[in-house]
Amino acid sequence: MKVVVDMNKCQDHGQCVFAAPDVFRMDDDGRLAYVPDPDDALRAEVEEAADVCPLQAIRIED
Amino acid sequence: MGARIVVAGASMGGLRAAEQLRAAGWTGAVTVVGAEPHMPYNRPPLSKEVLAGKAPFASLAFTPKASVADVDWRLGTGVTSARLADRVVVLEDGTELPFDGLVVATGMRPRRLRCPGPLAGRHTVRTIADAQGLRDELTRPGVRVVVVGAGFIGCEVAATAVALGAAEVTVVDPLPLPMVGPLGELLATALLRRHEERGVRFALGAGVAGFEGEDRVTGVVLDDGTVLAADVVVESVGSVANTEWLDGNGLDLSDGVLTDEQLRVGGLPYVVAVGDVARFPNARYDGVARRVEHWSIPTDTARHAAKALVAHLTGVDAGLAPFAPLPTFWSDQHEFRLQSFGAPGLGKGDVRVLDGDPGADVLVGYHRDGSLVGVVALGGQAAVGAAARYRSELLKQPALTAQGIPT
Ligand SMILES: Cc1cc2nc3c(=O)[nH]c(=O)nc-3n(C[C@H](O)[C@H](O)[C@H](O)COP(=O)(O)OP(=O)(O)OC[C@H]3O[C@@H](n4cnc5c(N)ncnc54)[C@H](O)[C@@H]3O)c2cc1C
Ligand code: SF4
Repeated sequence: MKVVVDMNKCQDHGQCVFAAPDVFRMDDDGRLAYVPDPDDALRAEVEEAADVCPLQAIRIED
Repeated sequence: MGARIVVAGASMGGLRAAEQLRAAGWTGAVTVVGAEPHMPYNRPPLSKEVLAGKAPFASLAFTPKASVADVDWRLGTGVTSARLADRVVVLEDGTELPFDGLVVATGMRPRRLRCPGPLAGRHTVRTIADAQGLRDELTRPGVRVVVVGAGFIGCEVAATAVALGAAEVTVVDPLPLPMVGPLGELLATALLRRHEERGVRFALGAGVAGFEGEDRVTGVVLDDGTVLAADVVVESVGSVANTEWLDGNGLDLSDGVLTDEQLRVGGLPYVVAVGDVARFPNARYDGVARRVEHWSIPTDTARHAAKALVAHLTGVDAGLAPFAPLPTFWSDQHEFRLQSFGAPGLGKGDVRVLDGDPGADVLVGYHRDGSLVGVVALGGQAAVGAAARYRSELLKQPALTAQGIPT
């Protein structure tokens, strides 16, 4: 599974981190960091993260 | 004809419901009926980035999941009535749409002020059309803006108007502080100071008696007789639930649609409600049914309601626990953010500063019977990050039902 976050849109809300902590995290400066190619077993979590992102900045590509 | 679920309302709640019906295993037909001509779009930027011109209107559209590619979208047409016992809804053009299951997702519309005066120049902010009209007026040079209502939408619009270079921005509210209802005095005072420092004026403790002007508004008359000159007025005085189409079915529609703890309506297992319009008891708190106008709620309600509805229609026992979401809310005003987790409104009697100080970044805790029921951060990224650290504590809290007021 490929995950793309539009970093121009992302405003570091961190909602994705609660939904999918294995894929998204806030780094020490409070900026989003993420795994671009997570395991397919995490799909449900990543879909939830995409749903709850207030900026709708997360795209799942295949 | 095969089985069909009708979703009334094609905004975030309607879209998430359609997606979650598929996720819950519903393979029958899904028809989504929406009064607006648009596919579902995201509302928060309408008072923020998009109103400010920092993001285009086109960026608002949600990207529907592949699972809803076969959904039948009936847009630009409202549902005018429903006969729930017969499992039929009637559309504007008279079409009768039979259903096996129904999702109520018709949301809210802005409440309007009923005082005398012209209508032109007076705006509300709920739809794309609203925001387009308001943006055209806010971007005129030297414009004087009066915002009626110091709730979150009023505060956001005031901040955006200042950023757009409006000559004067004044917020009017009968309450003594902005957003004091949801936030309580401590944070509302901090919020007031931040707005004033950035050029927003306030007329607090004042109601609106009427509007001046012939063809369009030129001034706002307060109930003490003061007149505020205005080229543009924004009315952000709360919202009204879109439930008229459900009249005549014996439902409790006194404030949105009352649901049970599985989001079912009127004791009918084949009708559920989602989003802003649903008045649901939250098993995490006191069991009192409330509507929650937070962006997180359409997604949370849709996930639960879809499971309950599909389980009923397919004859399986979903074994669902009562609905118990952790509400989350944010608001962006000027360059700072408010971030809330939990139910601060239930703990306004016992407010403590958990971190920072109200003059700068601050994190505030709201308590009921001594235990934390909500946190709100005000400020920059550090404060918001601090709020996030309390989220897991809030999730672990035992339910407050023991002390609850029975519904
Ligand atoms: C300007 C603005 C800014 C916001 N900012 C924030 C924020 O910063 N943070 C936050 O947490 N929340 C925010 N919110 C709240 C959030 O956007 C709402 O909670 C969310 O939109 C609710 O979605 P919904 O689908 O339940 O209802 P709605 O979005 O109200 O959708 C209901 C839809 O149903 C349609 N409809 C109504 N009647 C009928 C009928 N009879 N037949 C068919 N269709 C019908 C309506 O036209 C509408 O499209 C904001 C809201 C607004 C308006
Ligand atoms: S939820 Fe969205 S805005 Fe927030 S950090 Fe994640 S991607 Fe960025």
